This record gives sequence, C-alpha cells and structure tokens, in this order.
Amino acid sequence: MVAAPVSTAVAGSAWSAALLSALPVPSGSLAPVQERGRLGLIGRPLPGRRDEDWRFTDLTALTALDPLSLAAPPPPPSRQLPPAAGQVLRLHLDRGDDPLAGVLLPAGLSPLTEPELKQVLGQALEANGSRDQWPVLLNKAAACRVLALRVRGRVAPVLELVSDAGVGPGLLPLRVCLLLEEDASLSLLQVHRSGGANLTSVLVEALLGRGASLNHGLLAAGAPESVLLAQVAVAQEPASEVTLTAASGGWGLVRFEPRLHQVEGAARSCLRGLQVVNQRQCADTHSQMLFGGPDGSLDQLHKVVADDAGRSVFNGAVRVPRAAQRTDAAQLSRSLLLSDRARVDTKPELEIVADDVRCAHGATVSRLQQDELFYLQSRGIAADRAARLLLRGYCEEVLRDLPAAAAAWQPLSIVLGTPNER
Amino acid sequence: MASPVHPEPCLPLSVFLTADPVIRPDAPVLLEIRDLEARVDDQPILKGVNLTIRAGEIHAVMGRNGSGKSTLSKVLAGHPAYTVTGGSVLFRGDNLLDLEPEQRARTGLFLGFQYPVEIPGVSNLEFLRVATNARRAEQGLEELDTFAFEDLVRERLQVVQMDPAFLERSVNEGFSGGEKKRNEILQMALLEPLVAILDETDSGLDIDALRIVAGGVNQLAGPGNATLLITHYQRLLEVITPDFVHVMAAGRILRTGGKELALELEERGYDWVDRELAALEVA
Repeated sequence: MVAAPVSTAVAGSAWSAALLSALPVPSGSLAPVQERGRLGLIGRPLPGRRDEDWRFTDLTALTALDPLSLAAPPPPPSRQLPPAAGQVLRLHLDRGDDPLAGVLLPAGLSPLTEPELKQVLGQALEANGSRDQWPVLLNKAAACRVLALRVRGRVAPVLELVSDAGVGPGLLPLRVCLLLEEDASLSLLQVHRSGGANLTSVLVEALLGRGASLNHGLLAAGAPESVLLAQVAVAQEPASEVTLTAASGGWGLVRFEPRLHQVEGAARSCLRGLQVVNQRQCADTHSQMLFGGPDGSLDQLHKVVADDAGRSVFNGAVRVPRAAQRTDAAQLSRSLLLSDRARVDTKPELEIVADDVRCAHGATVSRLQQDELFYLQSRGIAADRAARLLLRGYCEEVLRDLPAAAAAWQPLSIVLGTPNER
Repeated sequence: MASPVHPEPCLPLSVFLTADPVIRPDAPVLLEIRDLEARVDDQPILKGVNLTIRAGEIHAVMGRNGSGKSTLSKVLAGHPAYTVTGGSVLFRGDNLLDLEPEQRARTGLFLGFQYPVEIPGVSNLEFLRVATNARRAEQGLEELDTFAFEDLVRERLQVVQMDPAFLERSVNEGFSGGEKKRNEILQMALLEPLVAILDETDSGLDIDALRIVAGGVNQLAGPGNATLLITHYQRLLEVITPDFVHVMAAGRILRTGGKELALELEERGYDWVDRELAALEVA
C-alpha cells in the first residue's frame, strides 16, 4: 500500500492563512507597509520544495510553530546580556518600545525623518528584487516599527542591535534602515538570540553613498525549536565598501538572505558566512551579489559545520550583466561534514554576461583534514583535543571578521553551543 | 666474486648492515629500530630498517627520492597512513609502535615536517602553548598559564631569530618556506624532545635561513638528546655536523659511515648505491 502524499502546499497555505488571520490590525506609521505585506501574503502558501529557492530548505521547525502563537511578540526574556564593551552603542530591538527612547546618539548618528524614511524605505529591497520574497512580506506584514538612522562621517562607537526572543512563543518582527552618507563609516553588529519555540524576523536595509564604509556583523544563537528569517539588503554607490560577516548556530531553522547590489559597480563587497548545524537543525544561506556597473569586486567565503542530522544549504548567486565589465569576484564555499547523517547542499550560481571579468568559485565538502590532525597530534595534542582545535580554527576564520565588539558575546561559544575552551 | 664497486677504501657492506658504529658506547640508547618494515596502500616502503641512536648523537639519513627516508620519519611519528608490517622500535626501551602519535610526542619524540601544515584560524601562540603543556604534563611539570608561556616562547624565539608577530598569526598560514621551518624549530625548542627527527629541514631554505635553522638545531642538540636529520644534500651537513651518516635505498639503510660518507655522496652521487643494492640483491 502506498501512503498518500502529504500536500505541503496545502499545509503551507493553511499555516500562512492562519498566521495572517492572527496578526493584529495594522497600526502606527508602518500601517500602510503592513497592509501591503499582508496583501502580498494573501493566497501565498509557505515556500516549499516546488520553489527552486527553497528546494532544499527543511521548514519543519517553522511549520511546527503554531501560527496563532505568532500573533504577538514573545514574552520578554529574562536572560542576562554581557556588558557592552566601551565604544559600543547598544540598542534593544525586542522591548516593544522605541529603541532610541532615552538614548543619546553619538556624533554622526541621527534618526531619519518621516519624509526621509518614506523615500528610502524599501529602496534596496526593490533594487535587488527581494521585495516580494516570502520572508520579506512576512516582516512587512508584522513589523510595526523601523529603526531608521542616518550616518554621517565616521561613527566611532560600534552600533550594536540586540534582540532576544526568549523562551516563549511569539513573533519578533524587526526592521532596520540605515542611510550612510557619502564617506560615512559605521561598524554595525546585530545579535539575535532565542531560547524557545518562536520566530524572529529581521529585515535590514542599508544604503551606502559614494565612498561609504560599512563593517556589518550578524551573530545569531538559537534553540532547536526557534526560527530565524533574516534579510539584509544593501545598495552600494561607487567607491563604497561593505564587509558583511554572519555566523549562526543552534536554530531549528535559519534562513539568511544577504543581497548586495553595487548600483553602478566600482565598489567592494566582502561576504563571510558561518553556519553550524547539528541535531536536526537546518541553516540556509541564499546570498545574491548583483553588479550594476564595471570595476566592482566581491570576496566571499561561506563555511559550514554540519554534525548529527543537521542540514545546511548554501546558494551563492553572483550576477554580472554586460555593464559590469572588469568585475573581480571570488566565491568559496567550504563545508565540514562531521557526521554521516548530516547533509550539505551547496551551489554557486554564477550568471555572467560581461566578457571581461574574473569570477572564481569553488566548493569543498570534507571531513576534518587528516594532515592537520596528525600535525597537531605529532605535537602531543590528543586526537579529540586536536579535532576541537581544528573545529575552532575553522570557525575562527570567519568569526575573526566580525566587528571587534562581538567578542563580548563569545561568538565561538554561541555558534558551537559549547563553552569556550582555553 | 665481483670486483669492488668503487675504488675508495671502505669497510665491507656486511659490517654496516650488521652493526652500527658507536661513538659513545656508554651513552643510553634512545631509539632502537630493528628490521622495521612498513607499507602504505599495500605498497611496501620500508623493508627492514635497522638503526640505533644513542643520547648525544646526531645522525643523518641520506638517499634518493623514494628511498624511504621520509616514510621512516612518518612511521616513527605514527602517521596513520602507514602500516607497520614487521620489526620493532624501542624508544627508551619502550615499544614506540604501541603509542598513539600524541603519546610519542609527549614522551619526547619530535618530527620536524618537510612540509609544515597550514592551519587557518588556529593561533600559533595557542597551538604552541597547548603542545608545550601536553609535553610538560608528561614530564610531571606544571602547566604554564598564558603569561608564563608568553615569557617562555619569547625567550625561545631567539633560538631561531623569529619575529614575535608570527605568534599572533594562524599556524603556518601564509608563512614563507623559511618561516615555516623556523616555526618547526621553535616548536622543537619549546618541546625539548629527546629525539628530534628533522625531515628535509633544509628544503626550501635560502642560505641565510639555512644557517639560522641549523644554528637553532645545533643550540638544541646536547648530551641528553639526539637528532636524526633526513636530507638529500650535503649542504645541511656543512652546518650541522653529524656523527653518523646513513645511506638509505629501497627501504633499507644500505651503508653507514661518518660525516665523510656525506662528502663521498656529494662527490659521486647515488649511482654506486644502486650498484651496491643490485649486488646485495644478487647475493
């Protein structure tokens, strides 16, 4: 007897419809955006295996959440935060009120006015084609506040944006919009945590003027029942520079979609990613780099650690249209498989029309390197300790590119889910 | 009987194959290799190696590519790709082959790699500290904390005239060939091994780097330890004077002599080794 196939599309439709019906009435300054987001979601089932972009993504952790429980934010967390290091401006995005309330912004940072926000909000999403992506629509439908900042000149403190969804059920929709003026410079660290069955939805847009520089880190630590959907949309003017380093571990499901657009080319983009999965977790990074003009560069390294029955997906799209001559792009995906049951799907997706370009890509999937293990053992280091050292080293190659303020959060411990070993 | 293979006076081959000359017969034997056979991927490489190394001695093993020199070093260090199929190795009287690679290192065996491995993300300083403390624990010494270790490592850096900046980098990552070899000798200086096996330490070194590395090896050699140099060329032996030179061919030590044997090899090449090997096989 053959079992009847379960229609995930129908299940996804029901889940999506239930979520929509549960969301509170649109309100606040973002009410029009919420309405547009909800309109976009109507009749849209959850993405599924029939959607090319979601083919390998295991949504079990998402569909396991009761959609009715996502009608409100999760209860406030009780976990302690590490003290903010000096030269860090920490803003809490999870407390329901205005994260700028009572905060004295440092020189160079100021809130965007309503008219400015209307002008820039959604611009980067529109330009990179992610406006109607399901996670984007979900964020639009649910977020009732946006942290919107203008950056002028060099901002000395690291801007640290923190959220903790805690252990209770709920949906934490977070939206951020940054406008970096010409030659502005900012270090930004997002830290998102969750300890239970809830959903964190983050949408960050950054518009970089000519010569601007953004050193952007995203550190995410979750629990086996928690879900993180994170979008970062960046639009870069010429001579600007972005380094985006993202590291995650512990989530039942992480879907991270960084989309960078060099509007006229001639800018530098650097992407660093690390996702750690074990148990039955799934981490998925779908990155997109779009060169809109000549002489742009991309340096991308994506690393994976997959243990137990963990599942990792990486799709790295690089689009080089005819106008983007002399583009110099390099993408490397490295995956470490620590278990026979773990699964890694990795795919470079190069779309190159320009003829005078350098676009290198590579992908490796391997276990711990035997020659590295032996080298350490030959110095008296026991095999298990050597393996841990190598694993840490493997992760550190990405984590060291996070803004320095990330050290306070012990990123290695966060992504590996273990205490730091010294 | 066949005529002599070469005109220079030398002892009969059988003498070298049956007994190692001993310079300090009262010095304790550190490493004793008897009839060692090993293979990799079902390919026999070592076919009966005999070698005795006593405290205070410096040995050099020379030979062509593929003669088994590097295999010997890796087998002694416990590389998992090699399978020992016969013979024995005693390290200070204990069966070395029973030990895991890390146990061999902790008890005082050191292998200086021909191609030191790059390990991105693992700090050189931390690696050196973990390795040093593993060895110290075996010696019954206290573990060194970060500060005490930094004092020690900065002192030992002088042995190889190495820039402290290399401590902050990942293990061997982006190091030049010379820097990697200096890092190997730095590890040796920290671990204070009883027997150091240096596999092609001279390869990839310019003359200045060679002098620095060799100077480090000479500083570390003493009456209580021993060094086994594995090399192709005489030039290393101009700066580190060996007590014994062994010629290896087809997985065996074919000949043993003093440092003059290295000069002879330099002058005459290895062709005569092939002839001796052929004669040996006929016999």
